[in-house]
Amino acid sequence: MSNIFSRLIQTSRRRSPWVYRINAGSCNGCDIEVAPCFSPRYDGEQIGAVLQGSPKHTDILLISGPITLRTQEMVKDVYQQIPSPKAVIALGSCPASGNVFHGSPTIVGSAEAVIPVDLYVPGCPPRPQAILEAIQKASVMLEKGETRSQREVSHE
Amino acid sequence: MNNWWINAILALLFWPGLLSGALFGWFLLWMSRKFIARLQGRQGPPFYQPFFDFWKLIGKKTIIPNGVNPVLFYALPIIGLISIIFALALLPVPGSSGISFEGDLVLLIYLIEMPVLMDVIAGYVTRSVYAQVGATREAILTIAYNLPFLGALIALAVRLHSFKLATFAAAPISIATILAAVALFVALLAQLKVNPFSIPNAEQEIVAGIHVEYNGLPLALFELTHALETSLLVGLISILFIGPFTSIWMKLLIFFVVAVVVILLTNITAAGTARLKVQHAFKFYWTWGIAATVLVVAAALIL
Repeated sequence: MSNIFSRLIQTSRRRSPWVYRINAGSCNGCDIEVAPCFSPRYDGEQIGAVLQGSPKHTDILLISGPITLRTQEMVKDVYQQIPSPKAVIALGSCPASGNVFHGSPTIVGSAEAVIPVDLYVPGCPPRPQAILEAIQKASVMLEKGETRSQREVSHE
Repeated sequence: MNNWWINAILALLFWPGLLSGALFGWFLLWMSRKFIARLQGRQGPPFYQPFFDFWKLIGKKTIIPNGVNPVLFYALPIIGLISIIFALALLPVPGSSGISFEGDLVLLIYLIEMPVLMDVIAGYVTRSVYAQVGATREAILTIAYNLPFLGALIALAVRLHSFKLATFAAAPISIATILAAVALFVALLAQLKVNPFSIPNAEQEIVAGIHVEYNGLPLALFELTHALETSLLVGLISILFIGPFTSIWMKLLIFFVVAVVVILLTNITAAGTARLKVQHAFKFYWTWGIAATVLVVAAALIL
């Protein structure tokens, strides 16, 4: 019986990824590319994805920008407010490498240094199809318990 | 006596209580989302979406915000949920084995108010400014939309000389019933918090409104309460139209068709309008709501 319930909850994690986005010093390019994911052309609601306004309701965190020094505490704070299990997707080149801001003294340059990232979406900015694919992959990772938040909890 | 208990438990848990109420409510909520998506040229979510949303929230860890009493944090959604289950059990849907007695309409009205009251308290308890703004708006809106809601129900009770819901479900369709259904529909828009009156949970201005700090299991219970509330309030309009039919299957069919039509009309309104300010919504209900109430009472007394 408890097996059926845990199976049901795992499936629902895949079917209902709620998304929250945070701009950590991004040029707004990636954020503009997130909006069409929920527009008539791409319609993320077909895979159950909904944009949420509160981090407390979130499963997947979309993070864009090179993590400036001023935003890194906020990024950590928002990450900790999300109830586990949770997945983190880094949008675009900035949170991966710092992109054109590489070497700047005002950025951290890598999202990895602040919070555990599960998926990187390459591109400057990435296309909406790629973002939707990442949301889909992250929800499958949530189902299988493969996100870093889930693995690190099970190690403890 | 023993039989009465079995019937009451059946009504609470299965038909029209928790189980069928939740399934019906989820179906109606899915239809709202799908219909709005189709109106916007999108495909919309698959039909099992509200079901999986609920189970996913159950499976998430619950974070209790700092400085919030944990007992209160869990108790508010549970009290709201229990009240709405009892209210659903009173609904005289066709084939219900439920509880029915003189005066159950009054009890129903009290029980419908309980989840709203819990929502308002939850908004203040969670110590978030957004939730507090949402709670204030919800409290103001309650005073507004209850005018046509109570007016229509009282007018029907006056006409049928009874405060028993089963009498409502058995009454023939007349001009007074149709007018009452229209008044209930006007109140329904604010009760379900859909677009022109989505003021308490206004996403773009106050994040997620009252439930902004709620997560995990308590949020799932709030969502379940909302689904049950939807099936109850839509069902309350539907039972006004099942009176003239004798066969139970015909009654069920009419109940279902009216519920679907009501949800479609609600969402046409929601998709076609923008959000009002709370003072405009209040003004709307206290002018057109009073007009509708006077009309319904006049029709109930004269026709």
